[in-house]
Amino acid sequence: MTRTPIAKRAENAARCNMPSYAEAVANFSWENARKQLDGLPGGGLNIAYEAIDRHVAHGRGGVRALRWLSADGRVVDYTYDDLRRQTNRFANVLRKIGVAKGERVYSLLGRAPELHIAALGALKAGAAFCPMFSAFGPEPIRSRMEIGEARLLVTNAALYRKKVEAWRAELPSLRHVILIDGADDPANGVHDYRRLMAEVSEEGEIAATGPQDFALLHFTSGTTGKPKGVVHVHEAVVAHHITGFYALDLRPGDIFWCTADPGWVTGMSYGVIAPLTNGATLLVDEAEFDADRWRRTLQDQKVNVWYTAPTAIRVLMRAGAEAWKGCDLSALRLLASVGEPLNPEAVEWSVEAFGKPFHDNWWQTETGGIMIANFPSMEVRPGSMGKPLPGIEAAIVERSGDSVRVVDKPMAMGELALRPGWPSMMRAYLHEDARYRKCFVGGWYLTGDLAMRDSDGYFWFVGRADDLIKSAGHLVGPFEVESALMEHPAVAEAAVIGVPDPLGGEIIKAYVVTKTGLAHDEALQRELLGHGRKRLGAAIAPKTIVFRENLPKTRSGKMMRRLLKARELGLPEGDLSTLESDER
Amino acid sequence: MTADQILAIIRDELARLAPEVDFDTADRNRLIQQEFDIDSMDFLNFITALHARLGVNVPEADYARVATISGAQAYLLAMVRT
Repeated sequence: MTRTPIAKRAENAARCNMPSYAEAVANFSWENARKQLDGLPGGGLNIAYEAIDRHVAHGRGGVRALRWLSADGRVVDYTYDDLRRQTNRFANVLRKIGVAKGERVYSLLGRAPELHIAALGALKAGAAFCPMFSAFGPEPIRSRMEIGEARLLVTNAALYRKKVEAWRAELPSLRHVILIDGADDPANGVHDYRRLMAEVSEEGEIAATGPQDFALLHFTSGTTGKPKGVVHVHEAVVAHHITGFYALDLRPGDIFWCTADPGWVTGMSYGVIAPLTNGATLLVDEAEFDADRWRRTLQDQKVNVWYTAPTAIRVLMRAGAEAWKGCDLSALRLLASVGEPLNPEAVEWSVEAFGKPFHDNWWQTETGGIMIANFPSMEVRPGSMGKPLPGIEAAIVERSGDSVRVVDKPMAMGELALRPGWPSMMRAYLHEDARYRKCFVGGWYLTGDLAMRDSDGYFWFVGRADDLIKSAGHLVGPFEVESALMEHPAVAEAAVIGVPDPLGGEIIKAYVVTKTGLAHDEALQRELLGHGRKRLGAAIAPKTIVFRENLPKTRSGKMMRRLLKARELGLPEGDLSTLESDER
Repeated sequence: MTADQILAIIRDELARLAPEVDFDTADRNRLIQQEFDIDSMDFLNFITALHARLGVNVPEADYARVATISGAQAYLLAMVRT
């Protein structure tokens, strides 16, 4: 907080979509934001229409909408009209196969255009779309498909064989699997994407969805119990669009690179929808992170706006600012970051490397879109998440039973809360009404994040109010990881925490109590590591496993993860009055 | 140091990161990250571990040359001999 703020030049600020934060806040209304979109020609609102067909209707069908860089070096372009026709085809495929309005279409794919086509095509057909992260193992995939009652899955042959086929018959809701690179197997409900797409028309009506109709399903982790299916509706597009316009400064013709995987909410709200509604060109890179490739991509593709994550930024920092000296990044106008708080050193490093700072912003799966941001026209305070978007009221509150109290004192810590009512706010946790209602207290949505606000209205992230882990930008629920470990015959008990890591933010560490008589040796440790990776996938499996004789629990038998974490970090152990049996 | 000894070190370090993957049936010409399902953070850990074991500091510009088992073996062999 004592770091020097990074000022913006007035002539640059004047050219931003939002030249003045104060004016934008004063003049904002959601009705006006809604007017930036067209709505369906026959009435109603559909995300895919606003993202694609609206541009074609306004004579911009020939503009490049998506450029895909394949891992092996191919470059494939789609115009807005190409996307319109491809998504019409996919919507027609769903109609032909018999997916009804509101039924869930899932994807399990890497960064490939078929994912964009399936997502927007499903929305055109009136189905709800749920993307899954392709690095998930079979268990997280299965639990997400069960909770959401997946009707159809779009994936590729390798992922299907490795992660889904073995248990597919046990999921009665799942009628169809479409493989983007596979052959038909009608006896097993498996279809060839290319054949299906070739057999249907490239024209078709868009389902007459309304603003409150179910559109997107994203899963997020809970501290206890199963992952939560966060329901978003078509009206969310109003927030996707306006937040992309203000916080990412997106303009027609911009080359926009969102490096998030579309299996997560960022990859959908800002990797698919917001840039398209704003008429930009999406850059989609199939390859895994590689510092050298990223530098070349930013330069050669003339990226204008780059939206990435702290883990990637910290890895790029390792090579120093010099690594960027030979790069021509003259096209790059805005750098933004999301996923976990961006440390102030990284913001300062970006000024050294790029001549401009990273703009951190904050939001959650539940909020559907960016809620708090450092804006391109506004002074950046390194380490801060910025100020609330126009139309968003944020506060620091203290819970007390069934009510909350707003904390006005500058830099006082409390829970970050938002006033409900913005269009991309979640409408439900699927089938979990009680859990959903618990998020709203005293007229506020409580985020579960601890934060502070300074006297100028900038918000500063402190940490999670619960045991959730933020690893490489992904929110990981300890319960899901512990449950998978407990399935191993050697494991009697497990507790999982996040421990600080210079690159990943936090990495997942598991404490394991084995069944009696088992040796705590390296062979067992490796076996458990491998077990976790097989069940959960590399992204959420523990990276460290340690053995204990006993784990700290409360009188009611609840695992005291916060105590393990305090000890790991050398912090005060806090209130131990409920501790029944301690770690040994 | 021989090519076999280097291969054994690569095998050992990958077993720490992805113990469930059978090294002997892995395709040595495919990308390690894909073949062993490891993320970019773990790939950096792998490179750091090779440095600790062999004293070979792989600069970032050479990451592509150690991205496969065969590539890493050839690269490390050349570096330990110079």
